[in-house]
Amino acid sequence: MTDDKVRGSVIHVQGLQKSYKELQVLRGVDFDVARGSIFALLGSNGAGKTTVVKILSTLLKADAGTAGVNGFDVATQPANVRESISLTGQFAAVDEILSGRENLVLVARLRHLKGPGKIADDLLKRFSLADAGARKVSTYSGGMRRRLDIAMSLIGSPPVIFLDEPTTGLDPQARIEVWQAVKELAHRGTTVLLTTQYLDEAEHLADRIAILHQGRIIVNGTLAELKRLLPPAKVEYVEKQPTLEDVFLALVGDNGTNGHDRNVGTNA
Amino acid sequence: MTRHFFGDTAVLLGRSLRHITRSPDTIITTAIMPIAMMLMFVYVFGGAINTGSVSYVNYLLPGILLITVASGIAYTAFRLFIDMKGGIFERFQSMPIARSSVLWAHVLTSLVANSISLVVVVLVALLMGFRSAAGVPAWLAVAGILILFTLALTWLAVIPGLSAKSVEGASAFSYPLIFLPFLSSAFVPTDTMPGLVRAFAEHQPVTSIVNAIRALFTQQPVGADIWIALAWCVGILIVTFAFAMNTYHRKIS
Repeated sequence: MTDDKVRGSVIHVQGLQKSYKELQVLRGVDFDVARGSIFALLGSNGAGKTTVVKILSTLLKADAGTAGVNGFDVATQPANVRESISLTGQFAAVDEILSGRENLVLVARLRHLKGPGKIADDLLKRFSLADAGARKVSTYSGGMRRRLDIAMSLIGSPPVIFLDEPTTGLDPQARIEVWQAVKELAHRGTTVLLTTQYLDEAEHLADRIAILHQGRIIVNGTLAELKRLLPPAKVEYVEKQPTLEDVFLALVGDNGTNGHDRNVGTNA
Repeated sequence: MTRHFFGDTAVLLGRSLRHITRSPDTIITTAIMPIAMMLMFVYVFGGAINTGSVSYVNYLLPGILLITVASGIAYTAFRLFIDMKGGIFERFQSMPIARSSVLWAHVLTSLVANSISLVVVVLVALLMGFRSAAGVPAWLAVAGILILFTLALTWLAVIPGLSAKSVEGASAFSYPLIFLPFLSSAFVPTDTMPGLVRAFAEHQPVTSIVNAIRALFTQQPVGADIWIALAWCVGILIVTFAFAMNTYHRKIS
């Protein structure tokens, strides 16, 4: 089972640790992401989601542990990893002074692809940016910027895409547009690792969800599996009631007779 | 990845140059301050400064050219800072490109932008009566010194560009550089200065660079000044390059 998981996984993370000076951000993170799936890393601000993404995209070096992407080790084969991925960071990493089309052409040329102009035009159409293609990005709305950002990440069709909080700061309409784009990606067989602090986003998009808390993955499973974790909370609620009753009975029992006790009970 | 170094650098250079053509004000503002200084010194203070047989605008221009470079490189720090802050630097670093070409593109852009500003300043100086009988080799030598000087200061600008926390912080480093020429032979001959100031002025890099350029323009023998000037430029370049690379490697690991 575990072996199968590892073999079928396109992202493999084991025992990842990272500290910024005194602050220990990651304390041994493990997870696997299956090829062609959407994996959500859920966590509050400062949980270490961005740190994980930065290590996986070769922007940061881990202190300990291993991480592999598409069969390449991030520490020893970073160039191969970079061939396999695209990163869409926390803030739309677009060039404000260039037009949308120029941004796409720039990335296509940096990926050494043929026909960068055609690639740009196709993506503009696919992301409903064709009309805005010639405009400076500084005139774009937040949603358009994010769409362009994601479009830039698709150039060269890397098998793995990292989306770091793709919808933070977007209005609901733009959020839905981004979700649509992410779903389409997975349809085409791209593996998507996204981080989010929105529970409904993970619920909407992800095949598997891992919760990163205080530098560790505390749960990892499908939405259905995570939901099955909820009943224990109900049991706690049931257990609390007798405790209240105990207190009540103890108080009433101390003050008066059994008869008084029963009267109170029937009145209520 | 290094096989793409030149291609990637060219693509990224094209991007930065497009930034400049779309906001030509960066070139104008770079040139305006030195030009204003030149006007002030030539038409207001110049009459009171005794530079011997040399006309004051001829005397002043070399120092003004260095001030132009010092104010121009602030934009390199600014542009790099914007790339860092906007996340596009990280996007480039996570792509299969020659990673260092991101820095080299900014450095080459600085060379191009500063060269244009320098040409603008020289043209204004010509209008103000600057004349030089220097031949092509002397002009090439001046250009070479200025390019070396620009490179050295540009790598210095890369350091705050990569590490600054705010826009102000990214460009503030250039202010002292702009004032360094005042404590040199750029505006007044150093022999009028009091002892300690004079000692500093005569041993700081600006004086030897200014003297070398001035000698080339006036077709005087450059003497030891040019070698001291080149040694300063190369020395500063090596140190700033090393520190910039160190900052860069800390940023990407």
